[in-house]
Amino acid sequence: MSDYLEKLDHVTDAADPSFGDTEIQNYTINFGPQHPAAHGVLRLVMELDGEIVERCDPHVGLLHRGTEKLIEHKTYLQALPYFDRLDYCSPLGMEHSYVLAIEKLLNLEVPLRAQYLRVFFAELTRICNHMLNLGSHVMDVGAMTPNLWLFEIREDCLNFFERASGARMHAAWFRPGGVHQDVPLKLLTDIADWLDTRLPRLFEDAMSLVVDNRIFKQRNVDIAVVSKEDALKWGFSGPMIRGSGIPWDIRKAQPYDVYDRMEFDVPVGTNFDCYDRFMVRVEEVRQSARIMKQCLNEMPEGPVASFDRKVVPPKRGEMKRSMEALIHHFKLYTEGFHVPAGEVYVATESPKGEFGVYLVADGSNKPYRCKIRPTAFSHLQAMDFMMKGHMLADTTAVLGAMDIVFGECDR
Amino acid sequence: MGHSAPRIATIDGIAQEIAGLLGSMLVETVDHADELSFTVVREKLADAMVLLRDRAQYQQLMEIAGVDYPDRPERFEVCYHLLSVTRNHRVRVKVQTDEDMPVPTVTHIWPVAGWLEREVFDMYGVIFEGNADLRRILTDYGFKGHPQRKDFPLTGYVEMWYSEEDKRVVYKPVKLAQDFRQFDFMSPWEGAQYVLPGDEKAPQAPGAPTPVAAPPPPPAAPKGEPKGDTPKTTDKPGVSGAGEPTDSAANKKSEDKA
Repeated sequence: MSDYLEKLDHVTDAADPSFGDTEIQNYTINFGPQHPAAHGVLRLVMELDGEIVERCDPHVGLLHRGTEKLIEHKTYLQALPYFDRLDYCSPLGMEHSYVLAIEKLLNLEVPLRAQYLRVFFAELTRICNHMLNLGSHVMDVGAMTPNLWLFEIREDCLNFFERASGARMHAAWFRPGGVHQDVPLKLLTDIADWLDTRLPRLFEDAMSLVVDNRIFKQRNVDIAVVSKEDALKWGFSGPMIRGSGIPWDIRKAQPYDVYDRMEFDVPVGTNFDCYDRFMVRVEEVRQSARIMKQCLNEMPEGPVASFDRKVVPPKRGEMKRSMEALIHHFKLYTEGFHVPAGEVYVATESPKGEFGVYLVADGSNKPYRCKIRPTAFSHLQAMDFMMKGHMLADTTAVLGAMDIVFGECDR
Repeated sequence: MGHSAPRIATIDGIAQEIAGLLGSMLVETVDHADELSFTVVREKLADAMVLLRDRAQYQQLMEIAGVDYPDRPERFEVCYHLLSVTRNHRVRVKVQTDEDMPVPTVTHIWPVAGWLEREVFDMYGVIFEGNADLRRILTDYGFKGHPQRKDFPLTGYVEMWYSEEDKRVVYKPVKLAQDFRQFDFMSPWEGAQYVLPGDEKAPQAPGAPTPVAAPPPPPAAPKGEPKGDTPKTTDKPGVSGAGEPTDSAANKKSEDKA
């Protein structure tokens, strides 16, 4: 070291510009695909100028499983569980679009209780999803505690899913014509208690650590500002478009199931940055709880699935006693139901944005084509222009505020 | 009441309005399940999209979906799903194309189309003219073929294995431990369009090869030389092969039969 310093002594940059003041060229780094902040398997190829991101090319498809191709080879009912596995953080939100698309092609009426149950559990899914996203967003920018508290809530949600459907994550509980089975009254009362006590306490506690936190604000405010025009051009939806100040919510604009009976507010951002997107999701959790309470108040008694026996199979007990029910049961679980030819595009407000299903039916028992419109695809594509001019460390904040899950993005 | 899918208010005369806007670019209008589909001339797609965005207020392009109809002369259909957040309405715009004819890009109208077009290219091999970045997106680096085409097998052609010699993951042709099974659930009495194996009475197309007839019965085994010319008779009980009855009770005649 000493001889190096001796060599440096009396040498100034002006005398030898190759020393110290060397010209730095842009260099390219690889972020992911195995990176804890990549939220799955995302590979980002980033061109950096020092620490400033010049260009960002997301490479997706590392989790591509050919879901759409597989669905073409399955009956309509067999294809349903694939939707749980798309966005594995909000499984029922994905199923919702698919069952509504089938019902639209069949023009099938769903009993009121089933519609309430679907809305109720779709909103529980939203809370569950936002817990994961808010928590990991906070953790991506440096805080640890809120994530653990929010996972506590998420664990409660998963337990409720298990009590309703038998599965913690991959519920396969929404079915064409209704839901698979009714929920016990105790589950509804337990969720009602949870909504009144545990959820607000844990959630507001965790949020009180974050929303006014100086470090959190420094990492998120004015990061990746997206104007209204850009949000429209880049096909944003869900909390991303609302974070850009456009009050667009499919639950309000094009209500499905019983959302038209629900009273809730649509939060929008004012500054259009990552902090706004975060806060939009925080408010959505409170609004979801509000919707769920209304569902509990108004939910009528009655059947939870359509009685159209050409679509909805009879229950097992009935199947054991009635010959006709046995035939229906057998036919529906082997051949499945036939859907009249036609094509529909049904999009619902999934927790992450507009999740659409473009279903082309040819009159047989299998979908001819089932195109899934993932929310993450258009959001992730905008990464390039959102990152331009930001620091490398902002990548995680931008990614966290997008709420991306690769099961859905890559299909 | 009907289904409970998202209820989109119908706008009176929207189909006529868009038909008037598109004029000669429009090929066909379909109104099915409250959803409007407009098929437009392929070369004029970009012009039609600009009109729909600027004059009919469809600000957002939500999705581009490819569909493969192998029986059609132009087998691929590319469906653009547009959304108007001001009029709260959705429409679908379609163009038809084949493997070779390029579809004009819409990336200059909606930048979101970049990846959506890349996906259709990856899955179907539809070429988008003017898309500056038409790389594969979902499949592996160096993948061959277009997996969503109807003639692409579900299993694909290659699978990945870890090679102990090369110490890395390599591609090998797909080997199935069991034949791929595809159930069609068609009743052979109702709709099945295929000939069941061994069905000789099935109607044959003229000029079709004669169905393989059932194989002739195997020739009878050669009989051995007769042992002599004495006719085979049973004179004594011993010749019949029957010995002493093992159970003496069997010799007793039952009384009610007698």
